[in-house]
Amino acid sequence: MADVTLDVWKDIITPENQVYRRTPVMTMKELSYCPGCGHGTAHRMLAEVIEEMGIQSETIGIAPVGCSVLAYEFLNFDMQQAAHGRAPALATAIKRLWPNRYVFTYQGDGDLAAIGTAETIHACNRGENIVIIFVNNGIYGMTGGQMAPTTLPGMKTSTSPYGREAILMGNPLRITELVAALPGTYYVSRHSVHKPGNVRKLKKAIRIAFENQKENKGVSFIEVVSNCNSGWKMTPVKSNEWMEENMFPFYPLGDIKVDGKLVREL
Amino acid sequence: MGDFKLMKGNEAVAEAAIRAGCDGYFGYPITPQSEVIEYLMAQQPEKRTGMVVLQAESETASINMLYGGAGAGKRVMTTSSSPGISLMAEGISYMAGAELPCLLMNVVRGGPGLGTIQPSQCDYFQTVKGGGHGDYRMFVIAPASVQEMSDFVKIGFDMAFKYRNPAMILSDGVIGQMMEKVELFDPIPRRTDAEVIAECPWATTGKTPDRERNIITSLDLDSLKQEEHVMHLKAKYEAMQKEVMFENIMTDDAEYIYVAYGSSARICQKAVDMARAEGIKVGLLRPITLYPFPEAELLRLASQVKGMLAVEMSLGQMVEDVRLAVRGKIKVEHYGRVGGMIHSPSQVLEALKSQIIGG
Ligand SMILES: Cc1ncc(C[n+]2csc(CCOP(=O)(O)OP(=O)(O)O)c2C)c(N)n1
Ligand code: SF4
Ligand SMILES: [Mg+2]
Repeated sequence: MADVTLDVWKDIITPENQVYRRTPVMTMKELSYCPGCGHGTAHRMLAEVIEEMGIQSETIGIAPVGCSVLAYEFLNFDMQQAAHGRAPALATAIKRLWPNRYVFTYQGDGDLAAIGTAETIHACNRGENIVIIFVNNGIYGMTGGQMAPTTLPGMKTSTSPYGREAILMGNPLRITELVAALPGTYYVSRHSVHKPGNVRKLKKAIRIAFENQKENKGVSFIEVVSNCNSGWKMTPVKSNEWMEENMFPFYPLGDIKVDGKLVREL
Repeated sequence: MGDFKLMKGNEAVAEAAIRAGCDGYFGYPITPQSEVIEYLMAQQPEKRTGMVVLQAESETASINMLYGGAGAGKRVMTTSSSPGISLMAEGISYMAGAELPCLLMNVVRGGPGLGTIQPSQCDYFQTVKGGGHGDYRMFVIAPASVQEMSDFVKIGFDMAFKYRNPAMILSDGVIGQMMEKVELFDPIPRRTDAEVIAECPWATTGKTPDRERNIITSLDLDSLKQEEHVMHLKAKYEAMQKEVMFENIMTDDAEYIYVAYGSSARICQKAVDMARAEGIKVGLLRPITLYPFPEAELLRLASQVKGMLAVEMSLGQMVEDVRLAVRGKIKVEHYGRVGGMIHSPSQVLEALKSQIIGG
């Protein structure tokens, strides 16, 4: 390691030259996610928005069971860990009981679109004034790569070892389009974190979502189409390519609903 | 001067919730306790005290709303009946694991399955022995009158916060539905945000710069730490033993006693009078708390009486705890109607004669 006290660095380490620094809204804890996994980047964008809005002391986050169950280890504000699928129910109560706090959930696709479908739909339909961040990797990452409701047809998982066959195992669920159809959602947008440009777009969307909450607009729902290189059994690079080729056509990126109005056909 | 009203048990609970400074009620309708949420909705407590009342999409959602609200330091409550409590089991276990206070009420109906909407006491095991997964206990208190339905709301909240643990009012369809005179307690104001933060420094109320972040979780992947946590819960349950409550009715000179809680205790009280009129020295030990259970008092009585009859509207659940308490010193039998049928005082007296005195 270079010694930063050396004179040679003093003209280089200046505020104008700073391009990267850690956000105090994340802890020093090393991320437990697999290398190449999208969860860490999504956390980081969330934390940056909370830092920039200056709302760290007013934010209460909820992460249910899934790979991101340990989000509270990495995010430096008050957090609750929820039972599998139930985060929107927790968020509903917290926001109603603390209306001047910012409340968000951070949920996986198995969590939000399978076991927690009822809580998701009803929190969205009631128009709870919360932010939902939905990380869709098309698989159950935490439990070892089983099929999720979002798994694409033909996709191999440990419970669809010969590929998902729609006639036997059902079709993938576009729950984001489903919630966009409900009057309680105000902002619905789909993103990814596989390229810097996409990461910046996600950050912008998260900012919009929290600004909406400030103005009591109802549910802001952000999907992050992400990879699970471990569950997909691909290298990080390969999984990102596979995601672009297979996930994005079925889960197209971009805004779906803005300011309470659909901007795309469902 | 007292504030007296004629009310249904369920209504008394709802009114008591508002008066006890409850911050949020989350529930899903089910007979025989839907009057609780109906009464609350009609009262508009958001105008009276600022209390939040929400009809959830299911009991699963209700209990998880409680988890969220309790995790944020608020006084939260739900009520349901047997099948609904089964749906809440996972959430109750999570709350016990995460050490979250809340008040629950089960207005028990006959089961298993959809069973019947008529009264029963068949959820004793579910309530007192667990119900959800894992090593946990709830503070359980069983009212035998509409007055106690009201009073126990306050006690339930106090115990829940004292031990940071779910507390359950174990009622039944008789107590929930019957009307009696009740003296309502004076309203306790809801705590201000600052008071909530001061009372619950562990809660997720927003991480101010002067403290570390608060985390509400029941998870610890490190088994040694999880063991430590479960042992900490055990110590709490042991400390809770001192909260035991029971009522002795004519036990001083009794040769036989009934052991009964809730509506069965009311029925046994009548049977005691009938037996006494016949010259049989009978008393009643009414457990008021079911967890903690009045073990020591039962053991004490075991050296005085010749036999005990546990009367409960079930196939015999609490009777197991009575037997454990008396350590085989005397005969303990069970009597009770099931399926929503309610035993009469004369049936209860007959049972004592045939199963204990003559048996
Ligand atoms: C009631 C219950 N059922 C099942 C599980 C096991 N489980 C834990 S995480 C998980 C799936 C998580 O998948 P997802 O929500 O997509 O999150 P990911 O790990 O992929 O980010 C399952 C089935 C559980 N914890 N609780
Ligand atoms: S299993 Fe998948 S979702 Fe979980 S951390 Fe690894 S790559 Fe990410
Ligand atoms: Mg997933």
